[in-house]
Amino acid sequence: MADATPVRQDRAPLHRRLLAHPLFWPLLALALLLLGNGLLNPGFLALEWRDGRLYGNLVDIANRAAPLILVSLGMTLVIAVRGLDISVGAVLAIAATVAAWTIGRMTAGGEAGLAPLFAAIGAALAAAALCGLWNGLLVVKVGMQPIIATLILMVAGRGVAQLISGGNILTIYYPPYSFIGTGFLFGLPFSLYVAAAVFIALVLLLDRTALGLFVRAIGHNPVAAHVAGVRARAITLSLYVFSGFCAGLAGLLVSSNVASADANNAGQLLELDAILAVALGGTALAGGRFSLAGSLVGAVIIQTITTSIYAIGSAPQVYYVVKALLVVAMTVLQSP
Amino acid sequence: MSLSLSRSAGDGPLWSLLHPPAVDGLFQRSLPRPAADGLSHSFLPPLAGEGARRADGGPRVSATVLHAEGLHKHFGATRALDGAGMALRAGEIHALMGQNGAGKSTLIKLLTGVEHPDAGTVTLDGRTIAPANPLDAQREGISTVYQEVNLCPNLSVAENLYAGRYPRRFGLVDWRRVRAGARELLAELRLDIDVDMPLSSYPVAIQQMVAIARALGVSARVLILDEPTSSLDEGEVRELFAVMRRLRERGMAILFVTHFLDQVYAVSDRITVLRNGALVGEYTPAELPQAALVKAMVGREVELAAGRDAQAAVADDAPVVVEARGLARRGALHPVTLQVKAGEVLALGGLLGSGRTELARLLFGLDRADAGELRIQGEQASLRHPADAVARGLALCPEERKTEGIVAELSVRENIVLALQARRGWRRSLPRARQDELARHYVELLGVKTAGIESPVGALSGGNQQKVVLARWLATQPKLLILDEPTRGIDIAAKQEIMAEVVRLAREGMAVLFISAEIEELTRLGDRIAVLRERHLAGELAGGSDGGQVLDLIAGHG
Repeated sequence: MADATPVRQDRAPLHRRLLAHPLFWPLLALALLLLGNGLLNPGFLALEWRDGRLYGNLVDIANRAAPLILVSLGMTLVIAVRGLDISVGAVLAIAATVAAWTIGRMTAGGEAGLAPLFAAIGAALAAAALCGLWNGLLVVKVGMQPIIATLILMVAGRGVAQLISGGNILTIYYPPYSFIGTGFLFGLPFSLYVAAAVFIALVLLLDRTALGLFVRAIGHNPVAAHVAGVRARAITLSLYVFSGFCAGLAGLLVSSNVASADANNAGQLLELDAILAVALGGTALAGGRFSLAGSLVGAVIIQTITTSIYAIGSAPQVYYVVKALLVVAMTVLQSP
Repeated sequence: MSLSLSRSAGDGPLWSLLHPPAVDGLFQRSLPRPAADGLSHSFLPPLAGEGARRADGGPRVSATVLHAEGLHKHFGATRALDGAGMALRAGEIHALMGQNGAGKSTLIKLLTGVEHPDAGTVTLDGRTIAPANPLDAQREGISTVYQEVNLCPNLSVAENLYAGRYPRRFGLVDWRRVRAGARELLAELRLDIDVDMPLSSYPVAIQQMVAIARALGVSARVLILDEPTSSLDEGEVRELFAVMRRLRERGMAILFVTHFLDQVYAVSDRITVLRNGALVGEYTPAELPQAALVKAMVGREVELAAGRDAQAAVADDAPVVVEARGLARRGALHPVTLQVKAGEVLALGGLLGSGRTELARLLFGLDRADAGELRIQGEQASLRHPADAVARGLALCPEERKTEGIVAELSVRENIVLALQARRGWRRSLPRARQDELARHYVELLGVKTAGIESPVGALSGGNQQKVVLARWLATQPKLLILDEPTRGIDIAAKQEIMAEVVRLAREGMAVLFISAEIEELTRLGDRIAVLRERHLAGELAGGSDGGQVLDLIAGHG
């Protein structure tokens, strides 16, 4: 002990530090879920390399979780500044519809090429960001409670989407677009790259710039941050825009995956799953303390439960009960 | 060590301090013994032999109601209480004094059941008690009124007074009795307000009275007032003291915690001093003059901050850093014209609500002026956001340290770099090494007592939190530093350190606007003294003016 360095003396034992790590419980829950599945269903954890692609339940879970991951990342930052965005499901539907509509208009003359692809992506993301801007303005400028401000778009957004779609489910007959949601790149689903790119960009942005400090300062004490000269309103506004943008990306993935846009049902109840993912990941719902990695794990946990239930062959209704039980367990474990 | 009357006087270390001295005028009023005045709970039978002591003007001595002894309490590695104790008698106002971190708060928390002692005993009327929680303590007869009023602002006054113990009729709340009872309780404090209005519609002073009335309502024997005066103005303080004296006459034992030394002498019968979690001693005000009290609290002689140096007067041609010309905001401040020059301390005084804070907010862009002109270093400035003010070299330590100053959950380092980082913008992050360097520099410069620069600021004492806010602004190297009551609610040593630092900064060329409610601070620090009254600039005095002149200007006579 005498010759130990001071740094080591200060450190708690390894298991203590592990237990105290904010990602410990979410990761443990995920590991247990996967392990349980592996025991019940020996083929569950198997991965197979075939035709230059990786197949297996794990890949499938990650692929299907990608939209939820994206939405949860946006939600994490909004919640971190004491906000909430319950319009993400509706915004996803708007983005999906805008993309499908754009492609439908541009490919109507039988013209091919990649122009419709980029136009659809651009239009969908712009529409989604605009939705986020609307939410942000209601919260920051008008001063509405975030849950009410975003409730407006949650309800009205699906109406907007139906106006665009003319009340129909828009089917997309345009092969290049399907790559986004079903394509593979270097053996892995393309959607994973989208989610990973957003995640890495966010982590770098919050870590390498002062944005992370500002977000935490605003979340913990918005008044003090304002007095210290932090442009709290501008930052809050941009985070709502970003949340809309993430919902838009998710809309692209979802509509591409099923080659259609359903204004009524796309992203239904997604906001609740996203909030759940954020909470499971250890972000404080009161603001301030947040974890992007935690939200990512939280989203994967939620998708794992869904996939497990289908894999076991239980009735889909069981899903909600299991999810509820898991939420209770995680909340109890995480509370200090 | 027992302080009860069962011991013969003179054999304890504390009793030797209690020889009957001459008492200053305030305490010589002959007060009636508590009588059965309709509130049987506050009735205490007079004790034999007591009258005799009272007659010679000594401090009233009656039965010890609450007695704490040998209290120990650890929080992690911190020893908050180390054998502290005190004795509280019926019908006395007893001041509990000590620096931040001396253990006052912890002692109160143990008495009120918020925390539980590691060792030691608390007796109430000779019976050992161990309140499990504040409600339990309340049932025993110990009520507490905290610095921040701990009632529900959205409930009506009457609801607040009866919450948790509503009188019922046929199983439903009997609102008529609630209202009538509420009026009666408030009438005892000579307060006549609409009990149906939400608590938040009344000023803090009234809210505090309501909190006290609630304590009366729950039949308190012991009333603990934890820094009740820190957000009251002078008139309100007088009102509060009148109420405290009335309660004393009814035999209530009042424990009074404050940072204001003059208030201790104005109202208390006895003073208990704590230091480093241990009891220093129990005194009467007469035998413990202010200097001795400070020494007892700090454990050494405190050097009073040097104050302004008449010789080093600010040159008349020093550049004007900030100039307000008829700056006004409807409902907040009438047109104010003033200048602050480089290297000078402009002390700004006035009563609570006189417009002090409003002026600071206008100068800093927290509120927008709707008339007048603000010039910063000769250039006209229109401030829309504090960030605009920060960009122009202004800094503001706000009055409300907890809500507007610190971000309690963030570390000392993060709090210190926050304003500088905000000025640089989010893209140009301060390198971590530079952040550490800045934080360490200011922690050392200002003597911030913290376990490390990564400790959350919320874990620091009030004075140290204030130093961190000061450090945050010094790190931006401001041209004008606005300090809005920087010494409020912090202990005496930290107070002196902050005042000394202010003088030093001014001598290095910084312009300082020092806002304070304490006349003594205004006269000691100000190169010039400006006074606001009823949202007008009432006048300006030269530095070193007599406190009486300043008081006249503040109060508006003469």
